[in-house]
Amino acid sequence: MSEIEVQISNQLGDFDLDVAFSVPAVGVTALFGSSGSGKTSVLRTIAGLERPPQGLVRISEEVWQDHRRFLPPHRRALGYVFQEASLFPHLSVRRNLEYGMRRVAEKQRLIAFHDVVELLGIAGLLKRETHKLSGGERQRVAIARALLTSPKLLLMDEPLSALDHGAKQLILPYLESLHDEFGIPSIYVSHDPNEVARLADRMVLLDQGKVIASGDAANLLTRLDLPLSGYGDASAFLEGTVSSHDNSYHLTWISLQGNRVAVPREDLPVGRHARVQIQARDVSLAIRAHSDTSILNILPARVIDTHDINPTQMLVRLELEDGQTLLSRITRRSAMGMGIHEGMMLYAQVKSVALLA
Amino acid sequence: MDFDWQPVWLTLKLAGTTTVLLLIIGTPIAWWLARTHVWYKQALAAVVALPLVLPPTVLGFYLLIMLAPDGPVGQLTQAMGIGTLPFTFEGLVFASVLYSLPFAVQPLQNAFEALGPRPMEVASTLRASPWDRFLTVVIPLARPGFLTAAVLCFAHTIGEFGVVLMIGGNIPGETKVLSVAIYDHVESLEYGQAHLLAAGMLAFSFLVLMTLYLVNGRYTRSHRP
Repeated sequence: MSEIEVQISNQLGDFDLDVAFSVPAVGVTALFGSSGSGKTSVLRTIAGLERPPQGLVRISEEVWQDHRRFLPPHRRALGYVFQEASLFPHLSVRRNLEYGMRRVAEKQRLIAFHDVVELLGIAGLLKRETHKLSGGERQRVAIARALLTSPKLLLMDEPLSALDHGAKQLILPYLESLHDEFGIPSIYVSHDPNEVARLADRMVLLDQGKVIASGDAANLLTRLDLPLSGYGDASAFLEGTVSSHDNSYHLTWISLQGNRVAVPREDLPVGRHARVQIQARDVSLAIRAHSDTSILNILPARVIDTHDINPTQMLVRLELEDGQTLLSRITRRSAMGMGIHEGMMLYAQVKSVALLA
Repeated sequence: MDFDWQPVWLTLKLAGTTTVLLLIIGTPIAWWLARTHVWYKQALAAVVALPLVLPPTVLGFYLLIMLAPDGPVGQLTQAMGIGTLPFTFEGLVFASVLYSLPFAVQPLQNAFEALGPRPMEVASTLRASPWDRFLTVVIPLARPGFLTAAVLCFAHTIGEFGVVLMIGGNIPGETKVLSVAIYDHVESLEYGQAHLLAAGMLAFSFLVLMTLYLVNGRYTRSHRP
């Protein structure tokens, strides 16, 4: 069984951590929740840095902790990226990278030094002292250092949270390419829906030490009964493929199985997987398909449910023809006027689509 | 004037031996004090710190009783075939180690506490076993603490007087260290000899401390996170 199974029950002061989930050991699973939801404790327990009296941690057929045994962290084939980079200040960048690698038997090293250094763009930093690196550079070195132990599971505890917006945007593409390049299953702790949307395939949603939902990331992010869609500006995330480029109008078309949306021209190969973000406030609804509008992206959709955000506005959750979910933020008055109800067929007019990857 | 080097060499030998032993003994004690949260931790910390406040004569007096042929430690050392320790160089080393223990433990404990648990956790996720982590992460990162501990132990042992007099007496080549030799010279009004030894010690102490500060200062500057 190739899956990651975690069960933890621990009393920390007046905080009860009672978490159980099981996810496939492929791709990126986000552990999502607000601060104090227990997500870091869960990650630390998986790593063996914390030892709850009752816990089960199993990675495929390897048991890291159960009622009889507890494998100390240094015997677990994991990579851990801490919130702050935590590079060893007494070692150069190169020696930091080699620290974990040297402690793994040569025939178990599946990831080449050169590949990691190349992928994370740190070849130019190898000779440097760690205190001369920027925050983003440090975090990239820390990720590379973890990868070089050829882990069976990569654990990341909000690796971007200590970085400013600019540095975050620079490092995200590296994180996105990690999975494609090395295919190491990872668990990514975050409280930022945008990060999760960009990086995660699946998510486990934590609230006050309990799992309140888990499943497909794009699906959970648009569930109206979860606090996620209420986080600031609600968004939907759609998966598609690059279908064509329109050079005369400088557009790239992303196909969503039958439908398509346009984004500003991006140099991406046709056929490549693409993830787009559509904010609920950029989606308006119409009963008929209009062609007399400036809006390019018009998608037929069916109403799943609705949820009032405040006395004026509401969110409408829609299902597209290919089964993916879209959110629309409209006024309650419009919804009344249009007679919006569950199962109703509509046209979603999407004003703006952002390409994520 | 014929200069007697013997007390100088004896003092350096005593201070060197004591320092090495203290680093070996003090490190695990300091590590334990820095990491543990048991209720009797403070009591143990107080015991370790006792020599800081006790008059050396008090320490020397109890040591003498303990190490004497009919004392508990004395009986043990005799049973082990070492003989008795008072008025021997080994006895001086034993007393010095106890007397300077806080000078080793406290800087090390502070250095270990300042590290926090994170570097060890990072190393453990990079497959380093506890010993490996200690040798490759803790010791290099706590280097300023080790340096401070070493220099303080060395200097404190050199300056020791009361304990030496109580436990070691004044046997040339065996227990007659610098401080005792100076006292001797002053007693017998040989001010010239006393001056020579005293000024030498002053200069030596200053040089050692200055070197320590320079080395530590440079280290801290280059390892600021």
